[in-house]
Amino acid sequence: MTILSYLKALNRAIAAEMERDPAVCVFGEDVRVAVSNVTTGLHKKFGSERVVDMPISEQAFTSFATGAALCGQRPLIEFQIPALLFLAFEQIANQAHKFSLMTGGQAAVPVTYLLPSSGSRGGWAGQHSDHPYSLFAHVGVKTVVPSTPADAYGLLVSAIRDDDPVVVFAPAGAVGVRADVDLASLAPIPLGVGRVHRSGDDVTVVAVGHLVHDALAVAEELAGTVSVEVFDPRTLHPFDWAGLAASLERTGRLVVVDDSNRSCGIAGEILASAAEGMRLIAPPRRVTRPDAAVLPFARDLDLALQPSRAQIRAAVEDVAKLGQEG
Amino acid sequence: MTQVRVDAAGLYRTVRLIRRFEERAIELVRDGTIVGGIHPYVGQEAIAAGTCAALRTGDVITSTHRGHGHVLAKGADPARAMAELAGRATGLNRGRGGSMHAADFSLGILGANAIVGAAVPIATGAAWAARRAGLDRVAVTYFGDGAVSQGVVLETFNLAALWRLPVVFVCENNGFATTTRVSEAVAGTITGRAHAFGIPASTVDGSDPEAVLHETATAVERARSGGGPSLVECVAYRFDAHHTWEHAARPRYRTDDEVSAGTSRDPVEIQGARVAPDERARIDAEIESTLDQAVDFARQSPHPDPAGALDHLYADGLRARAGA
Repeated sequence: MTILSYLKALNRAIAAEMERDPAVCVFGEDVRVAVSNVTTGLHKKFGSERVVDMPISEQAFTSFATGAALCGQRPLIEFQIPALLFLAFEQIANQAHKFSLMTGGQAAVPVTYLLPSSGSRGGWAGQHSDHPYSLFAHVGVKTVVPSTPADAYGLLVSAIRDDDPVVVFAPAGAVGVRADVDLASLAPIPLGVGRVHRSGDDVTVVAVGHLVHDALAVAEELAGTVSVEVFDPRTLHPFDWAGLAASLERTGRLVVVDDSNRSCGIAGEILASAAEGMRLIAPPRRVTRPDAAVLPFARDLDLALQPSRAQIRAAVEDVAKLGQEG
Repeated sequence: MTQVRVDAAGLYRTVRLIRRFEERAIELVRDGTIVGGIHPYVGQEAIAAGTCAALRTGDVITSTHRGHGHVLAKGADPARAMAELAGRATGLNRGRGGSMHAADFSLGILGANAIVGAAVPIATGAAWAARRAGLDRVAVTYFGDGAVSQGVVLETFNLAALWRLPVVFVCENNGFATTTRVSEAVAGTITGRAHAFGIPASTVDGSDPEAVLHETATAVERARSGGGPSLVECVAYRFDAHHTWEHAARPRYRTDDEVSAGTSRDPVEIQGARVAPDERARIDAEIESTLDQAVDFARQSPHPDPAGALDHLYADGLRARAGA
């Protein structure tokens, strides 16, 4: 077994795919020297033709990748800052995503958009701390948020091989995670298949990205009183609704933990889908950022707006209690 | 200037085909066969005809909301193009794209695009991919005078010039961004924007197909031989509406005198004068026959099945959840 970091897992996935498929190339800012520590060594191995430093022109190079993809290339774009997705939203949501349908299936746009350190990095303030995965799930762009090194590897490989645009969020709260893995066992993980990290009987906690680790910590804290199942959807679009339904068949109680702003975040969709057609024996709860949140700079203010373990614990205890009363 | 073989009759055939296609399409808008209206290309036919005459089949183009001319000039089947405008299952895009998104990838038509300037980086990325693949393919991207103030277009000029990519930027200056005059929207000049990035740029009479062909052939040859991008500004006049909604709304933004002067230089007449009258008559008759068949084909083709409204959303066939 080997200790594998989340960032190294991303790096291994890209390198393996570049090795396997000469059409895979990397676009981004400062990717040659790998300031995000994701593309380390790729320029030396694959050269400037396949690891391309871009001028600061996110909108142009995002659609440039679309054009390259329409003509046989499989670009991976690294965006240094999650908020750059707002700048390039036109190019992803309105261009790349729509080509297949609008052309009646003539075109495929196999581009991967990778966001290393999405969400709050701690002290990076209003314009570097967003976590806009719900936006992409909403418009229907394939959206992936891995929580562990092995999942980061397997999901990124699948994203690169996918014939559609895929956004991969690597949460800042998860990129520091290291795990003991058998490198030989690293393999592609299909999009749309969730993972039960911990089985339980009383409450299903659906947690997205780095919050999986908080949910697992809370589950451990409560182990003597509440049996918590931790479900990691891994992909937000397509979503593993069958996996969620199966978990709720066992528990009937639901808490969703989501680093999105509350209104129209993925947590709301998960609650609604569960309420419409899955087994619930107690009103579900969600733990999210507040409505309309903009993360302030000061550390305590930044933390005050993100889902906390105390909030997750309180929500789980509430739901467990409501279930007993109901 | 690059020496090119000029097929005067061929150029005439293309401008005439586009003109009559647009006139027939406007009829179909009026009778309700085409919903949503169209952006007529009438008056600008020389640009599509002249530029595409300088291209090979393997070359690629991207187009605009006013894109029927480019699609036809690059070789798309008029019947399937008309069926697409009418939203039929037999259309180029199976009725999923319509007037503003017509595409035929088998002919290198990477699609018309409904966001001003948005296709410019797409074509340029296609040019990069072609070079990476070792192909001597050229990309031509059409955009209007309204697009030259879009940031993404200027960003793309920078990328194309930095890497000497085989792309030709064809700016169709028809004088208006919808209703706003170039003089009210463009500081400096259109060619000046290209010059700022070290991109060769020229201005040509966009009403004359042969002038456009000669100028474009130079740019295409430069691109194909590794000389990098060029910009060709084609100055023409939009004879008809920005969009067919104007036929009913009749917004006043140009004077009758101006329209009269603008339409006096008609690309169909300019090129028609270079073709013997009997040959011209024969071409005209052929085109009428082609378009009669195209209109019949569009009218008689089936509408797409609503059950498949989200077919092709994902290239891998993923089915999204239903809305109810």
